[in-house]
Amino acid sequence: MNRSDEPGLEPRRRIQFAFTEEQEQFRSTLRRFLTDRSPTTEVRRLMATDQGYDETVWRQLTEELGLPGIHIPEQFGGAGFGMVELCIVTEELGRALLCAPYFSTAVLGANAILNAGTDAQKSALLPKIANGSCLATLAITEPAGDWDPAAVRTIAIADGGGYRLDGTKSFVVDGHIADLLVTAARLPDSVGRQGVALFVVQANSDGVQRRLLQSIDPTRKIARIEFQQAYASLLGNLSDGANAITRTLDQAAIALANEMVGGAQTMLESAVSYAKLRVQFGRPIGSFQAIKHKLADMLLEVELAKSAAYYAAQAAAIDDPEWPALACLAKASASEAYLHAAAECIQIHGGIGFTWDNDTHLWFKRAKSSEVFLGSPNYHRELLMQRWGV
Amino acid sequence: MSDLTEAEVRAEVRQWLAENWDPDMPLVEWRSKLADSGWGMPQWPKEWYGRGLPHALARVVEEEMANVGAVGVARSGVRLLAAATLLEHGSDLQKKKFLRRILTGEDTWCQFFSEPGSGSDLAGATTRAELKGDFWIINGQKVWTTSAHHADYGLLLARTDWDVPKHEGLSYFIIEVKQPGVEVRQLKQMNGYASFNQVFFTDAKVPQENLVGRVGEGWKIALTTLAHERRLADGLQPTPLKRGARVGRIHAEERIETEKANEPYKWYPQRAGRVDLIIERAKETGANKDPYVRQEIAKLMILAKSAEWTARRARAAQQQGRPQGPEGSLGKLAASHVARGCSRVHTLITGTAAMLSGPESPRNGIIAEILLSVPAVSIAGGTDEIQRNIIAERVLGLPKEPRFDTGPFRNVRRN
Repeated sequence: MNRSDEPGLEPRRRIQFAFTEEQEQFRSTLRRFLTDRSPTTEVRRLMATDQGYDETVWRQLTEELGLPGIHIPEQFGGAGFGMVELCIVTEELGRALLCAPYFSTAVLGANAILNAGTDAQKSALLPKIANGSCLATLAITEPAGDWDPAAVRTIAIADGGGYRLDGTKSFVVDGHIADLLVTAARLPDSVGRQGVALFVVQANSDGVQRRLLQSIDPTRKIARIEFQQAYASLLGNLSDGANAITRTLDQAAIALANEMVGGAQTMLESAVSYAKLRVQFGRPIGSFQAIKHKLADMLLEVELAKSAAYYAAQAAAIDDPEWPALACLAKASASEAYLHAAAECIQIHGGIGFTWDNDTHLWFKRAKSSEVFLGSPNYHRELLMQRWGV
Repeated sequence: MSDLTEAEVRAEVRQWLAENWDPDMPLVEWRSKLADSGWGMPQWPKEWYGRGLPHALARVVEEEMANVGAVGVARSGVRLLAAATLLEHGSDLQKKKFLRRILTGEDTWCQFFSEPGSGSDLAGATTRAELKGDFWIINGQKVWTTSAHHADYGLLLARTDWDVPKHEGLSYFIIEVKQPGVEVRQLKQMNGYASFNQVFFTDAKVPQENLVGRVGEGWKIALTTLAHERRLADGLQPTPLKRGARVGRIHAEERIETEKANEPYKWYPQRAGRVDLIIERAKETGANKDPYVRQEIAKLMILAKSAEWTARRARAAQQQGRPQGPEGSLGKLAASHVARGCSRVHTLITGTAAMLSGPESPRNGIIAEILLSVPAVSIAGGTDEIQRNIIAERVLGLPKEPRFDTGPFRNVRRN
């Protein structure tokens, strides 16, 4: 892996269509770790808890692998890698369905601080995220479920050196356990993207009420948060808040797309291995063309979605001007491929696939929930058309 | 020879070109020189019109030729498939008789593999070859033959033994097309073009020395031909002329040859769906304002881009010397999806005008041609269904379907 801030090393300026040797090694190490620490028995144990993750495993993935700060520059306590490595992590986590506050803390929280914060704020907040001691998340969406920063209704009123927030956030990933809530709010009387900014709220402050929501995917918890005169400090400045939010959400869409193709790959492998084992009418069902063709189509869809997810990560890593459009492309593609792979995996398993004891539903639920998380495929396709100027 | 460095090869070919290249020489005369010198096919063996150079150095030779605008050996049609097959399996007599005239362009070749009764199941060919005296006597019918009406020779797969399993009873021949027992008829397609032929063999004759390999090895040899087929692109470009390159009558002669060779492929870009026109057309018709059409355009563009990047991933893995992942086997199926998607979205964009064709149709008939050519993509060169079987069995390792054609071919049910 090339460290983007290593002196004397030219940051790579071209999209790479293959991972480097080092990236592949990192992936295998990570995959071994996850096979060991996150078998489905653990996924099932943790998804049934409110906390939703295992603190020992969280500590290990921080200490042994440095995952929460993988993409945080070294000057702020991270490992100094970039978007490509972050996406390798999310792909592997999606593949194993690890229950941990990673997407919230590293992808949403840390990126929001990197995109919006001043250097002083980054120095104060990021090292604790990188060393795993602070869980963070991003609170943008409100009960209406809109992912456009212009739709933010939570109000921020200046109060002394800080602000007071009033409003309700929903669909906040790990909002019930995060220590730090990076929250979008707008100044009174502002409209659209104007006057929207990001604020940092300590989750244990007065005036913050959090409630775990019942959700279809228990492996990724979401919360509703009420702010009543909650104390907040401005992250960065007031003029560029909406852009920082959009940038953070675009990066998150790419990371999520990679997470989804990881999950889709698990569904494909599970369906293939079952089709080889299951015998009906005196032959393995995988010898029937009806099943073969389904699996070939799944493979095609998964590989196409991977190509999009990888390409978008590469483009974001080198700041290719097209990367925000590609974020939409990758998210729409992965959403469709994952959900289809999960649904077909159930179908190929037949009756057993619909039971609680069979693991397929764990991924199906993640696929369903991720389909609309950060915006539905329709939303992203429309945004893609706009960003391409169609 | 393979110990030569790039600089040495460059210097040598440069000098040879300086002494020999003349753009006013007749095409065949120049290509004869090229074939005899080995510079036309530098990667071929030295004893057969090549120089035994590795592929990387052969590219250097190509570069040097391009720099002076020198015309290369003939490449159109299936001539290079024929050459590759003969180099691997042909007798010395066959190589001597055919290879040079393939390179000079004096002989044109075609391929007699597909039959009306054996499309996907190519090894089920029933065209028969029977040895009578010094000749093999051929009877049967072939189809989907490109350029048979121009061809001098054909690569023929025919059955020589009906009492062994189907793959073992085939043999491979070189047949002279211009003879009384061979009748070539055009085959008109649903899009109005006639790019292919059907060919009828009635007691056509093949001299014994034109059997390639041994009797019964036909399938194995056909696989060599097919493996090379996958590497050939549709259509050819004439020699590109750089500024300063000397232009002569040879280039005009080559251009006529290229046009003739490309003639059957004129509609191929439309067959692939013309994804390049989608956004332009949506803007020019105003269909880009319809939210449903926008969604469908986005779906199609996502598919097309992802397919392109998947091909790039396959190439990148190959270049790094890593085993190609599943992405390498998916291109053809992805291309079918893209083409069908284009046909659907072009129709959405064009609306009622999609009823028109020819000059009445938008873009002077191109849109109509897309709609009527796309159905070929998922059939030609292996149907989507066969592609899915290949992917499922070779990439995903799924078990094969039970077969009913393993016994003597005589007893196998067929069309």
